[in-house]
Amino acid sequence: MTDNVVRDLTGAVAEPLHDPSGHLQTLHARLAAQAAQAGILDIAYRTVDTPVGSLLLAATERGLVRVAYASEGHDAVLQALADRISPRILRAPARLDSAAAELEEYFAGRRRGFGLPLDWQLSAGFRRTVLQHLARDVGYGHTASYAGLARLAGSPRAVRAVGTACATNPLPVVVPCHRVVRSDGRIGGYLGGPEAKRLLLTLETAA
Amino acid sequence: MTRKQPFEQIVAAHGATVLRVCRALLGPGDADDAWSETFLSAMTAYPGLPADANVQAWLVTIAHRKAIDVGRAIARRAIPVPEVPDAATAGAADGHGLDLDTELLAALARLTDKQRRAVAYHYLAGLPYADVAVILGSSTDAARRAAADGIATLRRICPSVSSRKGEPGHDRQRSP
Repeated sequence: MTDNVVRDLTGAVAEPLHDPSGHLQTLHARLAAQAAQAGILDIAYRTVDTPVGSLLLAATERGLVRVAYASEGHDAVLQALADRISPRILRAPARLDSAAAELEEYFAGRRRGFGLPLDWQLSAGFRRTVLQHLARDVGYGHTASYAGLARLAGSPRAVRAVGTACATNPLPVVVPCHRVVRSDGRIGGYLGGPEAKRLLLTLETAA
Repeated sequence: MTRKQPFEQIVAAHGATVLRVCRALLGPGDADDAWSETFLSAMTAYPGLPADANVQAWLVTIAHRKAIDVGRAIARRAIPVPEVPDAATAGAADGHGLDLDTELLAALARLTDKQRRAVAYHYLAGLPYADVAVILGSSTDAARRAAADGIATLRRICPSVSSRKGEPGHDRQRSP
């Protein structure tokens, strides 16, 4: 008998059947906006569909902090962000509007560089130095060898460390580790997979 | 070590439950504000929450406080209005029953605060009476009694609920 009352009560306070999740989505969007305004939205994220699959974009108040391929596991990446930066993370597309727009232009062949503020906090020391040189010195449509990038970063013998820096790049596509290839001409590894790397290099030579 | 989930997952897992609790406490009109206040407050405090904490009980506790705040704000701005006809009685009289949801929400509003809260936290949020008691600041027995009294009262003043007892699996029609 109690079950009847409780079931009906649960129904009375539940979402309307014709719109089971719409209202909660509205409330969620309002929460994201309020949290951003209150300065407690430490990380906002969204996904974008691209020719290299779904990309996760995450940004702190300082800038874009993470771009992740689907193969990295978006849930795992978000958990890692919670562990390393802050668990105050919400799906909140607004902060990533310009990042999504620039990526769309890039994949359409209409953009050759990114003007986004970047938050480098997931990359430290020599790895950060390598990636910053890569972002600044290896332009659209060009490639560099691991040894060449090591020279650019001021440590010509640190070729292996350059490989590690590229493999752990927190901002792939935007920081173009796909432009780093082997000196024997082969394409080399890529955290998004060799197909994604080939696609990006082809895109940049075609445009 | 337990890792702390992204807050997005907390909202996804508990958003609907907290909304049900807020609606039971305040009615649909003011529930949204209480929901927003609850999650905004929870998100602010989230980094300091122990990783092994019972998130659901924690959220219901915050919703409890926010609903009291929102209730006080409503009371401050309220102006006296003529008493509305008793939905439950009117529905029973015409033999069809008004919308059952409206009827139940009206009945819920007539419970004592303690009964309404005990019903919401135990039956709608699924908290054990020990947790309900902590939120209400009472003994576990008193929490259990308040919930039982609340359910008994709902059944008494909502004839269309009690008239359908013994219909297991009844899939009631809800108006759109």
